[in-house]
Amino acid sequence: MTKPLLQITGLTTELGDPAQPARVVDGLTLDIRSGETFALLGESGCGKSMTALSLMRLLPPSGRITAGSVQLGGTELLSLTEAEMRQVRGGQMAMIFQEPQTSLNPVLTVGTQIGEAVRLHQGDARQRLGAERALELLRAVGIPDPEQRLNEYPHQLSGGMKQRVMIAMALAGNPRLLIADEPTTALDVTIQAQVLRLLKAVQSENGLAVLLITHDLGVVAETAERLAVMYAGQIVETAPVAEFFVQPLHPYSRHLLESLPEASKRHGRLAVIAGRVPSLDQVFQGCRFVDRCPAAIARCRLEVPEWRMLDEGRGVRCHLAESVGVEVPDRPAVPVVIAAAHVASDESASETAQVPLLTMRGLQVHFPIHQGVLRRVVGYVRAVDGISLDLYAGRTLALVGESGCGKTTAGKGLLQLVPPTGGSVRYRGQELIGLSHRRLRPFRKDLQIVFQDPFASMNPRMLVGDIIGEGLQALKIAPKRAERMRRVAELLELVGLDPESASRYPHEFSGGQRQRLCIARALAVEPRIIICDEPTSALDVSVQAQILNLLKDLQERLGLAYLFITHDLSVVSYLAHEVAVMYLGRVVEHGQVDEILDDPRHPYTRALLSAVPVVDPERRRRIIQLEGDMPSPRHPPSGCHFHPRCPEAIEVCRHHYPVETRLGSTRRVCCHCVDVGASARTADSKDRA
Amino acid sequence: MPLIPVVLWTDALVFLLLAVTALFAVWAARHEHLRAPWRRVVRSRIGVATLVVLSAYAVVGLLDTLHFKLKLDQTDESGEVRYAPEVLSLLDLALSGLRERQEKTYSAPFATHLQAKEALDQPDGTVIRDYPRLQHGGAHLADPEHDRAWDIAWRSLIGLIEGLILWALFTAGLIGWLARRHKQPFSAVRDRILRGQTQIPWRTALGTLALVLILTCVVGTLALKYHVLGTDKVGEDVLYQALKSIRTGLLIGTLTTLIMLPAAILLGIMAGYFRGWVDDVIQYLYTTLNSIPGVLLIAATILMLQVYMSNHADEFASLVERADLRLLFLCLILGVTSWTGLCRLLRGEALKLREIDYVQAAQALGVGHFTVIARHILPNVMHIVLITLVLDFSGLVLAEAVLSYVNIGVDPTMNSWGNMINSARLELARDPIVWWSLAAAFLFMFTLVLAANLFADVVRDAFDPRLRGV
Repeated sequence: MTKPLLQITGLTTELGDPAQPARVVDGLTLDIRSGETFALLGESGCGKSMTALSLMRLLPPSGRITAGSVQLGGTELLSLTEAEMRQVRGGQMAMIFQEPQTSLNPVLTVGTQIGEAVRLHQGDARQRLGAERALELLRAVGIPDPEQRLNEYPHQLSGGMKQRVMIAMALAGNPRLLIADEPTTALDVTIQAQVLRLLKAVQSENGLAVLLITHDLGVVAETAERLAVMYAGQIVETAPVAEFFVQPLHPYSRHLLESLPEASKRHGRLAVIAGRVPSLDQVFQGCRFVDRCPAAIARCRLEVPEWRMLDEGRGVRCHLAESVGVEVPDRPAVPVVIAAAHVASDESASETAQVPLLTMRGLQVHFPIHQGVLRRVVGYVRAVDGISLDLYAGRTLALVGESGCGKTTAGKGLLQLVPPTGGSVRYRGQELIGLSHRRLRPFRKDLQIVFQDPFASMNPRMLVGDIIGEGLQALKIAPKRAERMRRVAELLELVGLDPESASRYPHEFSGGQRQRLCIARALAVEPRIIICDEPTSALDVSVQAQILNLLKDLQERLGLAYLFITHDLSVVSYLAHEVAVMYLGRVVEHGQVDEILDDPRHPYTRALLSAVPVVDPERRRRIIQLEGDMPSPRHPPSGCHFHPRCPEAIEVCRHHYPVETRLGSTRRVCCHCVDVGASARTADSKDRA
Repeated sequence: MPLIPVVLWTDALVFLLLAVTALFAVWAARHEHLRAPWRRVVRSRIGVATLVVLSAYAVVGLLDTLHFKLKLDQTDESGEVRYAPEVLSLLDLALSGLRERQEKTYSAPFATHLQAKEALDQPDGTVIRDYPRLQHGGAHLADPEHDRAWDIAWRSLIGLIEGLILWALFTAGLIGWLARRHKQPFSAVRDRILRGQTQIPWRTALGTLALVLILTCVVGTLALKYHVLGTDKVGEDVLYQALKSIRTGLLIGTLTTLIMLPAAILLGIMAGYFRGWVDDVIQYLYTTLNSIPGVLLIAATILMLQVYMSNHADEFASLVERADLRLLFLCLILGVTSWTGLCRLLRGEALKLREIDYVQAAQALGVGHFTVIARHILPNVMHIVLITLVLDFSGLVLAEAVLSYVNIGVDPTMNSWGNMINSARLELARDPIVWWSLAAAFLFMFTLVLAANLFADVVRDAFDPRLRGV
């Protein structure tokens, strides 16, 4: 076995007050070999990023490394001087950050920024050579038109392009280790697939070692060879990726896997990990996971579990693994019921026949672009350009699409939070568009919204009780305070929180709890329809599972209709009944969830589905690479909006937007390449499925 | 009755301001989210220290705000009670010694002789030119050259002891009150304060108070026999002028913000929240106003006022009233020229807030526009308002000095730091240099502005939700 490139032993990092430090990284030991991708997996607050920053010695001012050693190719990094360390950073070891938007300097051109990195590490002050090398690097990361891009500024590039530029900068010093801290979290799935493929290619070309830090199990499964699971500052399990997904050893790892939403878990509940990551400024008596571990035994509370090496490359930190060997008793918290009998389509044809609660026809939201001194309208951003949807009681319609496709605007347009410029939205036959603020008020009660960011969606200056009771007061449902507070207590219990929470402030709650509060606020006015605008995308997997379970329960109990806006297709497959796929302001495909996910007909849907990283290697599809980015909704391409990126585009696509083709009773596709006769094939494939 | 109260315009506004502050305090005390940041303010060491200093200034300013006319001793033939034409304040009464002990002209701090030579008649009939003894400053000394230093030291010591006694009395009262409130023995509370273990840093507060009290007492005892900060051109005590200027500075700082605040808050939030034509109108308004040089507007207003006042001299019963009206107009016009900054800030913040999820959620819940503004936007811009208010305060105190320097500030008869600096322009050109007017104005203004700025920092940190828990 070759000597590992990076060897970390017993690395301990502390943050904050030295009297009561938070040990964000505690005795971390791992090694990475050249040419391998090593994934560090864990929820937020587990110390993943702090590990990366400790390796680079870029800790925040209050942080310090108190123990351990980091050896990169035989050099001890922790004993280097700052000047020597600067040579290592970028030269030996480079880092890519999560937010490409904020990692580039907006006032310098791309060429200057890459050139700077090149000059720093090649010791060559000549401008010309730097520019040549920058060009070469841009080509290496697959940026089209690199000569022109060199002179562009970061704001002229899309998110995926910026991340490519970041990778190019990281490669400038020919590093041997690349640390990628959530490199694709801020990107869309199709762009994520591009970037991950690029990382792979770059790695195999240069023989790089990659330390991939992520919370996304799918990304790990598709890109890494080995992984380590971090929990509360410690590594709790290391394993080769393939073995890990077959048989995770630590209870935490198993729960992470079980809490992933998927189609197969559709009729059960997702496993949830109760509680939250413990704060790290305490001295732990026993196992750190004990309070959330359903399989905990008495020993777990009393004794800190030791690190145990099992067979080659596997290790785990758990008492149970020790006593029973590799076999860990399988006792999950909530039994994951995959009740096959229940699958029997209880909600197929019979329910689609009922009258829709809300119909949206040709909804348009165009934002005017003003220019010049007189601020004349020179054009429109067609954020939503004619979409038609129906919402039924007790059903979930998922609106899927990449960022910038107008799905959030569609949701807000439906609620009249953004005034639509055309089309109609009828709630139980009553037109909502054009109603004044006052006349809309009776309908507010029935239509509610839950936002993406649980931190921004509650007024930090108000008590939780007042926040939840706001609608009751505004719509005069419970004008008296005592009555309102009683109702608030009921709602808090409904969403699984302590009624005492009413007299606390939002900042005292965690992300998942806040999202529960937001759901309680929406539920307060007893709505019929809730628009969920990416309610789980800011949350960790285990917390996401809690929220999804809650939403599902509420739907069953109260018969709510959801318009679920999301970019995460695994959530769609778990929760939705129907799916509408949006691209550039229009719905390109619409149908039942199993139809769309099993047999996508639109090339965009197919590409989108294929780009989702999947844990199970057998269910992986061949990734259909989409070139480039979504065009701006200000100048949509002529003809079919998708044709510049479509691998199947034909001549007619360039000139005419395809009409809607109906396939079967529930399915609609907008594509020239789909013929009506194909509906027969749809039915076939459905039978096979 | 020995006196008749006089309420000037600015006095009335100060009382209004006090009432508003008191109401706000009562309201804030009942709302946890408002009480919590203030609690953080009083638990910070800088917070309490600056608060003590600012309170000392406020006490002087308030004493100077209670105006009245004294009854004259002799009644006229009709037997009616007559009042003096002069309007005095409580501060004037308290400092009557300083006010009345006038010299002929300049004298340096702690001097016993005038700054200018005069022809002196000697007992033997000859006339020599020399520096004459002061009428009041150090008049009790037989041999000034020799005795002055010892006398000053001795009086300072007495002042120090007086200050310490005063402080000890106050401290004992405070500890007693705390002990009764927490139902703890006196000694336990005292020890905890000494060790700095109380939540409110009483040790720092009492330390600052000790400093303030000792300084006051020492200066007080010395001022009985000396001109501690010298005298000005007409022989008036500079310490007295500086103390009288406190009210002017405080008024300019507070009343201006009081006047501009409603306009800035209302217009700024409306512009940001409603967008569209409302935004356009308000933006045009403040852009226009902003493009007129502020000094020009102020000069025009003050000059117009002067013309009005000289044409209608009979409408003003006293000089003080005239000066007061001018001060009020200065506050008004400063308010008019300074609301645009805050308005623009608030517009930007409201633009940001109206798109934020909780405002959208409120709209989705059917909450009315003005309720949204009052409940969601206003409390979330309040920290900006408070911070601007406290930061502007020091800026305005300085602005007054600048305006008075170019003669468009407060009335020349009114005591203000600006007027003191204005007169110092010529004094600095004299030989030997007369530096004490400038130094006194600088010292008083510097202490006030520094305390206000430090306090503003603490307030901002306490109110900024992003800094919570840091």
